[in-house]
Amino acid sequence: MISAPGGAHVPGSSGGHPAAGATPPAGAQPHGSTAAPVSPIDEIPLEELSLEEAIHRVEELEHEGRPPLAGTLSNILTAVAVVVLGVGTLIGSAELGIGTASKPGPGTWPMLVSIVTILLGVGLLVVARRSHDGERFAKASGLVLVGLVTMIVFVVALPIIGFEIPAALLCLVWLRFLGREGWRLSIILSLALVAAFYLIFVGALSVPIPHLF
Amino acid sequence: MDFAPVLDGFGVVLEPTNLLYCLIGVVIGMLVGVLPGLGPAATIAILLPITFGIEPVTAIIMLAGIFYGAQYGGTITSVLLRLPGEASSVVTVFDGFALARQGKAGTALGIAAIGSFIGGTVSIIALTLVAPFVAGFALDFGPPEYTALALLGILLVATVGGGSRTKAVVAACIGLLLATIGRDTFTGVERFTFHNLNLGDGLDFVPIAMGLFGLGEILYNLEERHNAVKAPSSVANVWPSRKDLRQSAGAIGRGSVLGFILGILPGGGATIASLVAYAVEKRRAKNPERFGKGAVEGVAAPETANNAAATSSFIPLLTLGIPANATMAVIYGALLIQGVSVGPRLVHDEPELFWGVVNSMYIGNILLLIMSIPLVGLFVKILRVRPAILAPITVLITLVGVYTVNNSVFDIGLVIVFGAVGYLMKKLGFEPGPLVLAFVLGSLLEDSLRRSLLIFDGDPSGFFTRPISGTLLLIFVLVVLLPIISSVIRGRRASGRETVPSDTTTKELV
Repeated sequence: MISAPGGAHVPGSSGGHPAAGATPPAGAQPHGSTAAPVSPIDEIPLEELSLEEAIHRVEELEHEGRPPLAGTLSNILTAVAVVVLGVGTLIGSAELGIGTASKPGPGTWPMLVSIVTILLGVGLLVVARRSHDGERFAKASGLVLVGLVTMIVFVVALPIIGFEIPAALLCLVWLRFLGREGWRLSIILSLALVAAFYLIFVGALSVPIPHLF
Repeated sequence: MDFAPVLDGFGVVLEPTNLLYCLIGVVIGMLVGVLPGLGPAATIAILLPITFGIEPVTAIIMLAGIFYGAQYGGTITSVLLRLPGEASSVVTVFDGFALARQGKAGTALGIAAIGSFIGGTVSIIALTLVAPFVAGFALDFGPPEYTALALLGILLVATVGGGSRTKAVVAACIGLLLATIGRDTFTGVERFTFHNLNLGDGLDFVPIAMGLFGLGEILYNLEERHNAVKAPSSVANVWPSRKDLRQSAGAIGRGSVLGFILGILPGGGATIASLVAYAVEKRRAKNPERFGKGAVEGVAAPETANNAAATSSFIPLLTLGIPANATMAVIYGALLIQGVSVGPRLVHDEPELFWGVVNSMYIGNILLLIMSIPLVGLFVKILRVRPAILAPITVLITLVGVYTVNNSVFDIGLVIVFGAVGYLMKKLGFEPGPLVLAFVLGSLLEDSLRRSLLIFDGDPSGFFTRPISGTLLLIFVLVVLLPIISSVIRGRRASGRETVPSDTTTKELV
């Protein structure tokens, strides 16, 4: 066993260095913070390690520091979305022309795949209560939204004002707000990065990406 | 077999450009392995635009280097920080970190590097002997065989990985549907394009792979709470003692063989190989209680196996044109972009490409051995670079990189869309790997299915009467049914006893 009393790093303990934008949300429960001061890797005595358990532990280790698991409602919605997708493509394939087995049409293959998708979606719906592989959308999910918005701003602004300003802005937001780096470092690094990209892509490779200067 | 093309392959590798790209590949791979966050599939996806400007063989040499280089790098963080850089190095944590606590981190890293080198080399030699044979066998595969093979490959990759099997197959179905977008090759009818001109020729592989693997993973990691990474103590004495080497010799041998075999199987790959090798060593050991307390074999076996598997997983790709895992799917995509038709004819038609790539792995493994023993201190220092700083750099490389492929702003939009999709998929428990794999195999699968139906004149029983496609489809059916049967049996047994809520579910609900 890896006995780690007061070990160098205890997964699940609060604090720590927030990685790319991970705030330690006051309300959100870090995985197992209340119950387990040791990591999942320490829980089962290693003597009983079978392959299945080992795989399970690997998965648990990968889930360390992740938001809590999704509830039944979110699982049901996921399953419904899968069914809707399947039905949508099924209708689409019917419009394309299903053809026959000896003369397959453009819609034959999409139709087969949509039927399987619908069946699987129904299967997901049946096990929605028991399934535990989705994650809840926590406060930290807001960070992802912010990250996405910076990218959308980038792609929308790119053809109008070139890549320099949107790229610098994206870097600044990711470093300062999502990554919680200091202002000084964020500003310097953003400018340096854009300069480097300019030199590489516009200067050296002459990529025709829209640019301001 | 004829060894002349094998030797010619060395000529290809020793060209300065190829050597340089091999070095670049393994260094990037090592870095990616050391830095937690992006895996090899994501990195290879993000670097796809670079490969456009270079020769196919050079490109694949570099991408392959990233893949097996990551297996070496992943060990370093497992041992020193107890943070596996790669999924395939997770079991190394058990004994590697225990050794590090006893002040023997150097021994663990040294044994891992030597094991990786031997495992990799054994696997390359075996690949050299086996691959032409497999390719020769597959030469007379017709459309029905390819239909069965692609179906089985996708199913195995979807079911063997972690997480929900059903969701993985759903992801694969979505991949197949995405592959149908664009003009139908048989009739010319536009399918699911919604009259968007940009979609007429179908979706490009690059924005999908870059979005799902690259951006999706970066966005997903934004939510992760990392614990303080303590700057690791300096690593001394990386050369393992003779006693350690003797102790782990058996483990390295068995790890090489296990890794090679498990790597070939679709869906197998490095992670499963490392787990199985660890379990085997533990079962064989005279006193298994040493495992987890710093047994050298516990590091040697999985590290040897994951590298052997990383190498041998090239076999299905290079001989059958069927990628065995997500990373291979991205490399397959890279080959398609280069205009190389991957399949059983590759060994014969493009011996320089085939043997160039295979033989580059010898060089790559030697480079990695050099980097991971004498230069290990350098890579340990890299651990201090914070993920928060890397994230925006990677995002910008992705957004600008995808633009350079077609000089198209639409592609940037597409990569963002697939980034969001990739994030949502991981969030909701769908692995993006099967989707990408199914997407690259989608058109092959549909073409072969439609051709087969034309050959059989619409009678699907023809698939089962041909021996090879019949066998493959039989395995397909078994793989579908086995989990259902076993869950029914387990359900009966459980209802016989008292229904105890399993440990894991309660824990995860807390």
